[in-house]
Order: sequence, then C-alpha cells, then structure tokens
Amino acid sequence: MELVLVFLSAAIVNNFVLAYFLGICPFIGVSGKLSSAFSMGLASTFVMVIAATVTWLIYHMILVPFNLEFLQYVSFILVIASLVQFVEMFIKKVSQPLYRALGIFLPLITTNCAILGLALFSVLREYGFLESIFFGLGAGAGFILALVLIAGIREELDLAEVPAQFKGVPITLIAAGILAMAFMGFSGLISN
Amino acid sequence: METFLIAIATMGGLGFIFAGALALADKKLSVEENPLISRVNEVLPGANCGGCGFAGCYDFATNVVEGKAKVTGCPVGGSECASSVATIMGVDSDGLERMIPRILCLGGYTEAAQKMAGYNGPLSCSAMDLVSGGDKMCFYGCLGGGDCVAACPFNAMIMTSNALPEVIEDLCTGCGMCAKACPRDIIEMHPISREVFVFCKSQDDPKTSKAICAAACIGCSICARKSDGGVVMNNNLAVINYELLEPEKIPFDKCPTNSIRKISIPVN
Repeated sequence: MELVLVFLSAAIVNNFVLAYFLGICPFIGVSGKLSSAFSMGLASTFVMVIAATVTWLIYHMILVPFNLEFLQYVSFILVIASLVQFVEMFIKKVSQPLYRALGIFLPLITTNCAILGLALFSVLREYGFLESIFFGLGAGAGFILALVLIAGIREELDLAEVPAQFKGVPITLIAAGILAMAFMGFSGLISN
Repeated sequence: METFLIAIATMGGLGFIFAGALALADKKLSVEENPLISRVNEVLPGANCGGCGFAGCYDFATNVVEGKAKVTGCPVGGSECASSVATIMGVDSDGLERMIPRILCLGGYTEAAQKMAGYNGPLSCSAMDLVSGGDKMCFYGCLGGGDCVAACPFNAMIMTSNALPEVIEDLCTGCGMCAKACPRDIIEMHPISREVFVFCKSQDDPKTSKAICAAACIGCSICARKSDGGVVMNNNLAVINYELLEPEKIPFDKCPTNSIRKISIPVN
C-alpha cells in the first residue's frame, strides 16, 4: 500500500513536471509530436528508474558507510550521465529516426533536473530501496503522462485557429499552465 | 586525510565501473554508419535550407549515399560542391550549371501604373494575391509584396523602388526559395548561361495587356514566327522552348514592348 501511494504521489499528485516544474525543457521541446513525446517519456523513465535504483545503492551502500555524503551530487550525476550515454547508444542502434527526432534533448536528459531531483528527493525523504524504485517508476509515469498530454494538446492546436500572436510557443505555454492548474486539483490528496 | 583518500578511491572506482560498462555497451551497440555520409555532409554548405527537397544537409547526404538523390542535387553549393560530392561518390558531375532565379515580370509601378483598387492590407504577396488578385490590373504580374525577398535565406533579393524584386547575383546561391515563395510563379530558376527570356507571364488578350502594362507580352507572335519552335505562343504569351531556341533567329528589336530580351551575362 505504501509503495502504491509513493507511485501515485510521484505520478499524479506531485507530478514532477506539472506540480514541481522539473524537467520543463523536454516538456516544451519534444512535445510537438505524440510519438516522439512518448518515446522521450520512455527514455526518461528508463533513466529515472535505473537512476533511482543505482543512486539508492550507491548512497546507502557506499556513501553513508564511508561518511561520504558530500559526494552525493557528483556520484549521482555520474550515474545519470552514464545511463543517458547508454540510452543514447541504444536508441541510435534501434531507431535512427527517433534518435534524430529527439535530437539534443536526448543528451540533455543528463542534466534534466527531474532526474537529479528524483535521486535527491529519494535521499531527502529517506525512502527505502523498494520505495525508491517505485518513486522512480511513478516519476517516470508522471513524466510520460505530462509529455503525452501536452503533445496531444499541441497536435490538436496545430489544427486549431490560434490568433497569430499566440501561435507556436506562447499557446503551448498557456496550455501547459492550464494543464498545471488542472493538476492542482490533485494537490494535498497524498502528502509528499 | 583518510576521508580524502576514500573519496578519491570511491569516485575513481565508480568512474571506472561506469566507464567499463559504457565501453562494453559501445562495442555491443555500435552502429555501422556508412562513413561516406559524414564525408558528403562535410562538403555540403551546411545551411540546412531545404532547397534540395530533403530535410537538411545531413538528410541529403544520406540520400546521396543511398543513391536516392543526385550528387548534383544541392542547388546552393553549386558546381564546386557537386564536384566534391561526386568525387566522394566516385561519379561524374558534368552538366551541372549554377542556377539563378529570373524574375519574369517587368511591370513595376511605372510600367503597370494603372491600378484596379487601392490595397491596404499586409504587405505580403500571398495575402495580396488572395484579396481579388492584388491591386494591379494585371492578374499575372509581380505584386511587389516582397515574399521572395523575405524568403531568401541569403539576403540576395532586394525590392527596387519600382516595386520589382532584383537578384543580387553575387549573393545568390540558387536555392530556389524565392521561386517557391512567389504565389504567381513569376520567379523561375534557370541555368546562369541562359540569356533569352520572355519577361512576362500575362495571358490576357492583346488589347487588355497592351492597355494595362507597358512591358507586357501582348501576344503579337512576331518573335515566334521565324524561331522554328524556339518560341511558341501559348494563350497570348510567348513561351521559350530552350531546347529548340536559337537566339540569332529571334528579332529582339522587333518586339513592340521589349518583353522578350537577351540579357547580358557577366563574364567571371
């Protein structure tokens, strides 16, 4: 039950993108097309889950026993950067078009604040090993949800009559704001 | 001091493990990319203008290597670029000539002075064309809204005071964006050595075109008569068939409106 709550909290109530405003750049940058938005979400989720697992292990098995907590940022970044590098190789191998569609946003997952945020939150909230993994899963699911929602809206917006002044990024930002407002309805259902 | 050493050992160890894992992954997941693609990509202009019809220079390079695009397909790079691409691909690049846009309308404000209406909308040809065909009496001529000037990625187009665009040939790369932007297809891409053009697109009947524009082709067919098919008449308009054209057979000075012209090509 605890694990489900952690998952739901990260995915919906405290959605990383729409409630914490972490990881906004792919949220705006790769949300033009539903398919690439979903793939970006999957890539990020993969990195999030593995990063949550590995950083938990590193923090609790290596850093804490040796009193090296001050190394948490640099070691977390190392983990995340390696994972992103791996995902990049993998996507390049599996799907060239997807690799080019994601473009610069794929390596940018390295410094995506949603992912470092995830690792740091999990330390801050003193999650256990399983909780950490579910937290990663939930955050990833929430990230996919946010990206897919905004991508769906943007695909509709392409066909809508938008006033010239609002075309493109402005209307996307407005839509994102309204979406975030809608997610406010969930706030407080689960603390943390 | 001890913490210091442990910290270094820890980070070193972690870095070592991850580096090893990535090195392994690189071996397993390496992508066999045709090295020709990046070599072709290097000699391309890199403007990603899309003038070739592909999604950018890299995409064009991929298609060239896969044989789906011609080595001469880059209009911007010109013969120099085409010959380097051809060298990489091991084929001939003969027959490519620099393309340049020719503006086939001479009806500026002075020549086509008669206006059908006043136009007060956005200064854009495509908008003007939508509003009952612009303000000029001629439905075929240049609208003077400057869509071609705006479309040119290389600042090689200017609008003259006579409201006709002009190509700055030194800056022009021949990408053809201006020709695509023109809603009336007045701008055509031609090999730079072509000298003879009919500078009019009007298909109005002789009386109308004579009345509304001093520079119009009025369809008198004087130029077509002795050209042996080099110039044919099509809906009151002289159209040049460049494959049959023999410039010496065209009586340029007989054209009543001087709309068929032989231009001088600067020798460089």
